[in-house]
Amino acid sequence: MLLPSILYFIRPSSVGFVENGLVHLCVCTRVTRNLNMEKLRNGYLFPEIAMRELEHMKKYPTAKVISLGIGDTTEPIPDVVTSSMANHARRLSTVEGYRGYGAEQGNKALRKAIAETLYGDLPIKDTEIFVSDGSQCDISRLQLLLGSNVTIAVQDPTFPAYIDSSVIIGQTGDFQDETGKYQNIEYMPCRPQNNFFPDLTTTATTDVIFICSPNNPTGHAASRKQLEQLVEFARANGSIIIFDSAYAAYVTDDSPRSIFEIPGAREVAIEISSFSKFAGFTGVRLGWTVVPDELLFSNGFPVIKDFNRIVCTCFNGASSVAQAGGLACLSSDGLMAVQSVVDYYKENAKILGDTFTSLGLDVYGGINAPYAWVHFPGMKSWDVFTELLEKTHIITVPGCGFGPGGEEHIRVSAFGHRECILEASRRLKSLLS
Amino acid sequence: MYCLMSSWPSMSSSSSCFLGQTHFDSRTPNACLPTKDSWICKYVATPATETTAHTTKVSRNANIAKLQAGYLFPEIARRRSAHMLKYPEAQVISLGIGDTTEPIPEVITSGMAKKAHALSTLEGYSGYGAEQGEKQLRAAIALTYYGDLSIEESDIFVSDGAKSDISRLQVMFGSNVTMAVQDPSYPAYVDSSVILGQTGQFQKDVEKYRNIEYMKCNPENGFFPDLSTVSRTDIIFFCSPNNPTGNAATREQLTRLVQFAKDNGSILVYDSAYAMYISDDSPRSIFEIPGAKEVAIEVSSFSKYAGFTGVRLGWTVVPKELRYSDGFPVAKDFNRIVCTTFNGASNISQAGGMACLSPEGLEAMHKVVGFYKENTNRIMETFTSLGFSVYGGQNAPYVWVRFPGQSSWDVFSEILEKTHVVTTPGSGFGPAGDGFIRVSAFGHRGNVLEACKRFKQLWQ
Repeated sequence: MLLPSILYFIRPSSVGFVENGLVHLCVCTRVTRNLNMEKLRNGYLFPEIAMRELEHMKKYPTAKVISLGIGDTTEPIPDVVTSSMANHARRLSTVEGYRGYGAEQGNKALRKAIAETLYGDLPIKDTEIFVSDGSQCDISRLQLLLGSNVTIAVQDPTFPAYIDSSVIIGQTGDFQDETGKYQNIEYMPCRPQNNFFPDLTTTATTDVIFICSPNNPTGHAASRKQLEQLVEFARANGSIIIFDSAYAAYVTDDSPRSIFEIPGAREVAIEISSFSKFAGFTGVRLGWTVVPDELLFSNGFPVIKDFNRIVCTCFNGASSVAQAGGLACLSSDGLMAVQSVVDYYKENAKILGDTFTSLGLDVYGGINAPYAWVHFPGMKSWDVFTELLEKTHIITVPGCGFGPGGEEHIRVSAFGHRECILEASRRLKSLLS
Repeated sequence: MYCLMSSWPSMSSSSSCFLGQTHFDSRTPNACLPTKDSWICKYVATPATETTAHTTKVSRNANIAKLQAGYLFPEIARRRSAHMLKYPEAQVISLGIGDTTEPIPEVITSGMAKKAHALSTLEGYSGYGAEQGEKQLRAAIALTYYGDLSIEESDIFVSDGAKSDISRLQVMFGSNVTMAVQDPSYPAYVDSSVILGQTGQFQKDVEKYRNIEYMKCNPENGFFPDLSTVSRTDIIFFCSPNNPTGNAATREQLTRLVQFAKDNGSILVYDSAYAMYISDDSPRSIFEIPGAKEVAIEVSSFSKYAGFTGVRLGWTVVPKELRYSDGFPVAKDFNRIVCTTFNGASNISQAGGMACLSPEGLEAMHKVVGFYKENTNRIMETFTSLGFSVYGGQNAPYVWVRFPGQSSWDVFSEILEKTHVVTTPGSGFGPAGDGFIRVSAFGHRGNVLEACKRFKQLWQ
């Protein structure tokens, strides 16, 4: 980040600045940089990890680096899904099959399929579903909806996009180096001691509460009881829950897959989800947000109406090709096929979890999510990351990248070819045993 | 059961416009119904099992409350649907929303189909792409459109389209910047500005939002703003070839615009989505103007070139030389925005983009653009022959027709009612658009000719 120490005004529209002791002359505009952008610390986490991976590969060009870092899917998408996308693409070359702008909220058949197939007997209407190009975009569109004058609570540790988008939109204060937290965000610790669910009795009231379950990075799936408490908490405080269910397909036990399984949730919650980890659509880009009709702002105005306005103004719909793929995922053949890829990753997670456990480490998650959350007591997570990378050529993610509550932990993602997972397992055993 | 008195606005409050905008959903059970003049709630008989509607305590975003109505084009779509219900037998022709109609050339769709199939193979599968876009596509865009303008691959950010890019730019700029727009202009610039909190309230008498500088563009000033009367703003949105007027700014005009931005230390956001429709030697990119790299961002799109309105692909150019007042490169912040609030355009759409920029793809796109340009010619000829003052059309797929002294929504309705042709009322693009109708040239040739015939019947 450039930190100009002196600004020289040479001509009305040009400026110089000093960087590293050198005077740089340039033509700068007179537009003030967005102060919210200045508040952000470093780059976004995952490009950081990617950069470190690249540096490492340059340093060890012959090493076979195994990436269990960024949660990027690796297995091919089932044929039934891709052939549907290919067919849709080909049809765009025909008079009968050509389609221009789609509805910004998404293709009706897809919205219906999501409602019926994924929400089954929960009373979610297709009109409450907004198809998108993925959760990361939806999170920011929700922040645009909410504006800068709301307060948020997040789990600690948490997927960084909730925090970073909050900073960008102006909901937070400055980052405090001592605590590793932004002012004005309520951080809800999630640790083994509290069963990875916030202690709501000590949580301050905020307008919005971000909850991810099954959780990235801890892998914990909230129980029905925990979610009932959360919904009750939100009702009592007048808060809106934004429930990220991107990993719902990984739930193994009877943990809820949707916040809307909880009575009363329709009046307090928005749910976001994604085809990324469900169907390998990380590059194809498809997700959705559910905004129930009953969710109202304090003045009684339906949140869905404003979200619709955001979607119509700031977005132009997910790619029609991706949506065709989504529809194919939700056919009975498609569901079976994508679920078997999910099961493949779940088996990976089990292998990795067992590996760490066999080495005497405390491992969490891995059962209801494609992430293992490994505890390295007394160690800094970037140090563990670096050591693992250096000595085993395995990329992981340091827990502190997800918040101060992630310190001493490493997130290991279970996306990878089986042989890579097994190889990683071997390397870890030889390093750590 | 409680009375939700505290959560209901006073009927006389003007701060919540939902009462004007929406009807109260009768499905919401048994809430207190505000009576006309008092706070006292009147209970509706309720079955014992039902409870009063819960409202959260989250305040509605006051910026969104400033917006006057729905976004323009869904409004047009609504009117079209209503009209089709009213006249189920009528053959409604859509020259309203600028939606492409012609099939995408096969060279392009087979590129996408190939990528889709490849995703089912071990070698061909790819997951997350770079948020800025695939390297080879960025390079192809730089080479094809900015070849000799020294815009590099790293200056290019691939997106899911200009509309999304406009909002991402606004998120990057934040709420403490002022902006100028052409009047009339593509509504997303103004609406995104309102949403981000850059503007004041809408003033009904002038049909403008406070704190936006509206730069009038009309026949009298050749559709280029009189810069001597324009106040300084941080950001200037400029679209050329223009939607909706169809006017393409000249090299001389853009040189003055760049100088204006330089003198004022402003950032120009230049929308070049229709550049391929230019017939004469008007600049296709703002970066053809010397000095533009230090003041401008350019937004563009495959939508109207390749019929990608549904496929979703575009790009934004942020030159390295563009800096904030403290010297910080704007591209660094845009990169951060793209990495945090976005996750890249669909890899299949990007494969389509690569195919578009192959020699065969470029030729095919030119053909389709040529087709729409021929549509534009027919429409222009029709209105001209009927004695209307007609603008645009030469460098853009839009014809801007003057209806002096008439409300454009009235003209829109009359045309729809009497010819079953959907157009777009000029006032939807800003107050200076009133008195004009935008006729878009996207359509099957037969429909366009039929529409022209009906116009002739109506006005001859």
